[in-house]
Amino acid sequence: MTLGYISRRLFHLVLIMFGVSVLVFLMLRMIPGDPAQLLLGEFANPEELESLRAQLGLNQSLLTQYWIYLRNIIQGDLGNSLRSNAPVAGEIWVRLIATLELSLAAMFIATVVGVAAGVLSAVKQRSFLDYASMFLALVGVSMPIFWLGLMLIYLFSVKYPILPMMGRITLGLEVPEMTGLMVVDSLLAGNGQAFLSAVKHLLLPSFTLATIPMAIVARITRSSMLEVMSKDYVRTARAKGMAESVVVLRHALRNAFLPVVTVLGLNLGLLLGGAVLTETIFSWPGLGRYVVDSLAGRDYAAVQGCILVFAALMAAINLAVDLMYVFLDPRLRVDE
Amino acid sequence: MRTLLLALLAAALILPGATYASQADTLVWGRGGDSVSLDLAQATDGESIKAGIQVLENLVIFGKNSMDVEPQLAESWSVSEDGLTWTFKLRKGVTFHDGEPFNAQAVYDSFARVIDDKHPLHGYGKWRYLSLSLKPVKSINVVDEYTIQLVTEKPFAPLLNNLALWLCPILSPKAMYEYKDQIGQHPVGTGPFTFVKWVKDDQIVFERNEDYWGEKAKVNKIVLKSIPEPSARLMALQSGAVDIADDLDPDSIKLVEKNANLAMIKRPSVNVGYLALNTEKPYLKDPKVRIGLSHAIDKNAIIQAIFQGMAIPAKNPFAPSIWSYNDSIQPYEYDPAKAKKMLKEAGFDFSRELELWAMPVSRAYMPDPVKTAELIQAYLASVGVKAKIVRMDWGAYLKKTSNGEHDLCMLGWLGGNADPDNFLYGLLSADTAKTPGASNVSLWKNQEFTELCKKAQTVFDKQERTEYYMKAQVIAHNEAPWIPLAHTTIVRCYNKRLNNVPLRPNGLNSFQMVSKN
Repeated sequence: MTLGYISRRLFHLVLIMFGVSVLVFLMLRMIPGDPAQLLLGEFANPEELESLRAQLGLNQSLLTQYWIYLRNIIQGDLGNSLRSNAPVAGEIWVRLIATLELSLAAMFIATVVGVAAGVLSAVKQRSFLDYASMFLALVGVSMPIFWLGLMLIYLFSVKYPILPMMGRITLGLEVPEMTGLMVVDSLLAGNGQAFLSAVKHLLLPSFTLATIPMAIVARITRSSMLEVMSKDYVRTARAKGMAESVVVLRHALRNAFLPVVTVLGLNLGLLLGGAVLTETIFSWPGLGRYVVDSLAGRDYAAVQGCILVFAALMAAINLAVDLMYVFLDPRLRVDE
Repeated sequence: MRTLLLALLAAALILPGATYASQADTLVWGRGGDSVSLDLAQATDGESIKAGIQVLENLVIFGKNSMDVEPQLAESWSVSEDGLTWTFKLRKGVTFHDGEPFNAQAVYDSFARVIDDKHPLHGYGKWRYLSLSLKPVKSINVVDEYTIQLVTEKPFAPLLNNLALWLCPILSPKAMYEYKDQIGQHPVGTGPFTFVKWVKDDQIVFERNEDYWGEKAKVNKIVLKSIPEPSARLMALQSGAVDIADDLDPDSIKLVEKNANLAMIKRPSVNVGYLALNTEKPYLKDPKVRIGLSHAIDKNAIIQAIFQGMAIPAKNPFAPSIWSYNDSIQPYEYDPAKAKKMLKEAGFDFSRELELWAMPVSRAYMPDPVKTAELIQAYLASVGVKAKIVRMDWGAYLKKTSNGEHDLCMLGWLGGNADPDNFLYGLLSADTAKTPGASNVSLWKNQEFTELCKKAQTVFDKQERTEYYMKAQVIAHNEAPWIPLAHTTIVRCYNKRLNNVPLRPNGLNSFQMVSKN
C-alpha cells in the first residue's frame, strides 16, 4: 500500500475519463433528436431553428465540437447548459451535494439496519427472528419504491402530518452555506431548529431510498456471517472462553465484512448516480432528476458533464473500496 | 450509533405541532418542474414563463382573466396613418428592482438586443420565437425619455399581441450589462415581485416589491416549489404544504372538488389539439374524403375518455375564448354511415392503409396522444378505413411532419399570442405550407384563405379584421385540412386560504393581487 499504487490508479482514472468523454459525446449525437428542435418544440420555424443551431455551435463538424469540448474540460470548464445557458459545473455541483446528503443518509440507514439484521439472523439462525428479518428483506428488495414513497407521504405527511413530504429544509429557515449538506451546515451554524428540520426532511426519502440496499446488505451479511461462523478461528475464539458478543462482533463480523463493503460501495455509486424515483417523489433537488431532464431535452453539455462526474465518482468509490479491503484484510496489502 | 438514530426517529415522531403548512404571508406554489431561464425573451417553457412574469413586465399585457390587451409599462399607444409606426407613451416614475430608472432607453436596450445583431447585448442571449415577438419590427427610435417608436416593415396589426406576450419583457439595462449571458439566472425587472433566490430543481423565491409603481402585492413572498410527481403535488395541496398546485391530472381534480378546504377555477383555454390531414397525398386531396373522415370521429367520446371531460370539442382552428371565433359554423357531426357514404362517393381506396402519426409526448392540448391515436384508429376502422399508428422521437416527429412525410398527424398549438392570425396564418396559410419546415403540416394551400389572413394583418380595425377571419374560418371548415379535436379546459387548484386567484385563458398570471388568510 503505497502512494505509487494510488497514483497508478489515479492515472487509470484519467484514461477512463477520456474514454468516457469520447463515448458519451458520440452516443449523445447518435440518439435521434435535435436539441434546437426540442428547445423550440412545435412552434419552431426553419430560420429560427437554423439560427439557434448556430448559436449553440451545433452546425460545426463533430470533430470541431469534440475538440472545443475537450479543450474546455482540460481547463476545468464543463461548458454551458444548452437549455438554461448557466455553467454546467455549477448546475451539477448544487445537485450533487443534495444527492450526496440523501445517499449518505440512506447508506447510513441501510448499513446500520441491514448489518444488524444480518448479524442477528446469522447468530439466531432458523429462529423466528431469522425468518422474520429475511422475510422483511425479501419484501424490501421487491418493494416498488414509487409505491412505498407515496404511501409514506400519505401516512406521515397527509394523514398524520408529523414529517415533511418535500424539500430539504423548512421554507424560511436559512443556514449559511458551508458544505452544502443541510444537516452538517445547520450543526456548524449551531442552529438546533434548522438541524432538526433538516433531519426530519431526510427521514422519509432516505428511508425509502435505503429499503433496497438495506435488504441486500441484510442478506449478504447473513450468508457471509454464517460462513465465517463455521470457521476454525471462531471455534478457537469460543474455546478460549471469549464472550459470545466479542466472538461475533470482533472475530466473525470483521471477517464477514468484505463482501458487505463491496455491496455498500456498489450501492453508494448507484445512489450517487441519482435516485431518480426517490428524488421525484420527494421533490428532492438531486442529480438523478437533472440527468433525466437534460437527456430528455438533449442538453448535450449537461449530460456530458453529469456522466463525467458519475464516472469519476464511480472510479473514486472503487478505489476507496479497494483501499478499505486492505484495511480490513491484511493479507491483501500490496507488495510494492 | 443505533441509539442515536432511534433517538432522532423518536424525536421526530414525538415533536408536536409541526404540520408543515405554509406560512401566512407566503404563497407556496407547487408545480411540475423547475424554470430554465427567467429572461423571458429567451424562455420557451411554461415553467420559466409563469415564474418570470412575476418579476418582469411588458409595455402592454393581456387582461387578468381575458386575452384583451391592456396597458402595463406603456400608458398609451397610437399607430401612424400608414400603419408602420407605433408610438408608445411610457409610464413615469417607475424604477427597476435595482433602483435604475425605467425609460425609453431601457425599452430600447431590451428590444434592440433581440433584433439588432450590432447591439452590444445581442450576443449574450439565444433569442426564441422571433416571429411571435419582435421580428416584424424594423427599427426602434427613442423619441424622448418617455416615448418610444417601433417601426415595422409592413403594417402588422398582431404586433400589439406580440408585445403583450411573455417574449417582450423590459429589463434593467444595468443588470443586463452586468450579468451578460447569465441575466436569465438573475432577472431584474419592474414587476410587483423581486427575485430573491433560486435553488435549482427545488425552489424559486420572490419577495414583494415595496417600490412597485402600481398596487403593491398582497403577499410578502412567493415560493415556487418544484414537485415533479403529480400525486405528491396533490398531497402537498391536501396537507396545506402548498397553496396552489398546477397541472393535476383529472383524477386528482375530482379529489380537489370533493375537498372542503380546496377550491378551483376552470376556464376554457386558448389551445387547440388537432389531426392534420396531409392534403398533398393524392388519396387525401379531395375535400370530400377529408370531410368523410371528419364524420367518422366522435370527438365527444374522445373528450370523455381521454380528457375526462376537461375539454370542449373543437370545430374551428382556434378556441371560442379568442375574438372573431365563428360560432355559426356547424361541426361535422359523428355519423359513421354518412362518413362511409361520402368516402365511397369520393372514390376513396379502402384497401389503402393510412399512416396515423401519434405524438410521443403529452401536451396540455393532447394529454394522452397514444390512447387518442388508438381511439381514432378504431373510429376509422369502423368506417372501413385502415390506419397504422406510427410513433417516433419528438424531435424527429416535428421534423418529419414539417416535411409532410405523414398521412395523418396529431399536433396542437398552445395559443401563441392569442391573435387569430397566429392560428390561421401561422398554421393554415399557403405561406407556411412550404416544406421543409412547414408549420402548416396539412400542406393545405388555399389562395383565398391566405389572402384573407394577409389582408387582416394589415388592417387595424378589429371589426374589419373579424370579418376577414370569420370568412377564413368558413373556408377552412369547408375544405377540412384539419379535423380539429379539442380545446382543453384549464384549471387552477388552490387552498381556500387564498383570495383573488386569477386565471387567464393561457394560464399565465401575475399573483400580485392574491392574498392569504
